[in-house]
Amino acid sequence: MADNNSNQNAANKKIKNAGFRKGLDIFLFLLPAILLFVGILIAPIAVSLYRSFQKWDGFQPGVFIGIKNYRDLFFSGSVHFVPALKNALIIAFFSVFVQLPFSLLLALLLGRKYKGERFFLTVYFMPVLISTVVIGQLWLKIYNPDYGILNRVLGAVGLSNWQHIWVGDPKTALGAVVVPTIWQYIGYHMLLMYAGVKGVSSDLREAAMLDGATNWQVDRYVVIPVIKPIIRTSVIFAVTGSLKSYDLVRIITNAGPTHKTEVPSTLLEDMLFLRNKYGMGSTISVMLIILCFAFALAITAIFKEKGE
Amino acid sequence: MQLEERYTIKKSNPVVKVLVYILLVIWAFINIFPIYFMFTFSFKSNEEIFGANVIGLPHKWLWSNYVSAMNTGNMGRYFVNSVLVTTISIFISLAAAMMATYALTRIKWWGAGITNAFFMLGLTIPLQASIVPIYVLLSKLHWLSHYSTLIVPYSAFTLSMSILICTGFMVDIPYDLDEAARIDGCGLWATFGRIIVPLLKPAYATIGIYAFLQCWNEFMFANVFISDAEHRTLPVGIKALSGAYTTDWGPIGAALVIATFPTLIVYIFLCRKIQDSFIAGAVKG
Repeated sequence: MADNNSNQNAANKKIKNAGFRKGLDIFLFLLPAILLFVGILIAPIAVSLYRSFQKWDGFQPGVFIGIKNYRDLFFSGSVHFVPALKNALIIAFFSVFVQLPFSLLLALLLGRKYKGERFFLTVYFMPVLISTVVIGQLWLKIYNPDYGILNRVLGAVGLSNWQHIWVGDPKTALGAVVVPTIWQYIGYHMLLMYAGVKGVSSDLREAAMLDGATNWQVDRYVVIPVIKPIIRTSVIFAVTGSLKSYDLVRIITNAGPTHKTEVPSTLLEDMLFLRNKYGMGSTISVMLIILCFAFALAITAIFKEKGE
Repeated sequence: MQLEERYTIKKSNPVVKVLVYILLVIWAFINIFPIYFMFTFSFKSNEEIFGANVIGLPHKWLWSNYVSAMNTGNMGRYFVNSVLVTTISIFISLAAAMMATYALTRIKWWGAGITNAFFMLGLTIPLQASIVPIYVLLSKLHWLSHYSTLIVPYSAFTLSMSILICTGFMVDIPYDLDEAARIDGCGLWATFGRIIVPLLKPAYATIGIYAFLQCWNEFMFANVFISDAEHRTLPVGIKALSGAYTTDWGPIGAALVIATFPTLIVYIFLCRKIQDSFIAGAVKG
């Protein structure tokens, strides 16, 4: 009896040890990822959140000022956040209503097995791979008022009164950023949607065809409903990507002329380097996270409602 | 099959087909042209670019543009920096992701689901979120403008996607293999090292491609965190170069080509694989 008991104890101990060992192993396997993820993303966000309630120059201890930063963000003219957000939303608007429909059109067309389908796909995707800095520099050359191709073409076809200092004119500067942004990522969204179009079973397609549907009707009533989740993902990427836009703005217009093409991220950078407003910079970071998540949730909700 | 053929032919209007082809070709041209333009003007002199020969092939192929981009423009250095930062970041991200994914998909425990969801938060969080605290911390530690200043954040930012892609590959490996290894006396680590890591080879390429493009092209962190010429990566180097050579287009063109050709060459050989890695990254997320 006593013997039996001690055996059981030993066995229990063994199981406990094994459990502990397993837990330790799991912890060790996760450790590098958790260190990176928490150290670089989660902890800084927590710090940003904390600092966003402070007036802080980055060196002196911060002074707690409640939600003043958030209020200033939206109601103080000197911060320029509202115009910056508006610019980002304009980029988002064109992404969703110009870029994505065109991407969808290309994906649907390529999904119809035209000759050269792979070639077109490969070419259309190419700009996605190129650094936005390179793309920005190239477009700067295209926009160049004296030697740029755009003004030359306009001159050659007799529209020289349309010639413009594209990047320097407050009226066209934002457009000069929007066009390359949209152009570069059409291929990206097209690729995602194309993968979805290819995933539509050919039985479904054939059945619709046999019922007398035209290609367009098949796309409209069979393919698009099936790839809806991908379209949703694309919309989310397009909107959050626009909110985060930075590279092309920095390169093409450098947020000018006179802050006309400022976006939240360039503003954030200015708060650090030009204005020493680290508290306000943190507030902009936090606001960007909130906006990205809010838009992602809202878009998901809209798609759900439409689906029912 | 025959039936389908007949119906398809009946329904597709030849005029529409021609119009579609015209659209596809025009769009292809719009996508190729900037790259063609970049290659050609990187070999031209200002006289050709500005007047005599704007969009044709160069009359005289000026390799000297490349020489000045490499020497005066320091592009060689920036190239090496980019290779270094990118390679190490990919390696760290891949190693950390494989280990984490192993713990999340092949070991049964209570917290796997929630930990995975936690990592997936990283897919939505903008990079900008952490830039202020990291910048302040690094400047207090006098750790700005090092390679590690970029490597550590890049590894972290590619981590979520790496875990996502890794998960897709790892769940496809039969679980019997783990059990067989266990019976043969392998512990968790041995199973991971001898069974899982070798079988994940296809995932390396997908993750590597994705992380490569993220790190190679990253501009915001590099621009904010690197202030000395010695540690600049290509995107920041190009920005600096274009500031220095405002009137001389040829060397800038050469710099753009230097920054772009590795990507394009890899793309020519691996276009299918690269496209698949983008699809894998987005469709599952």
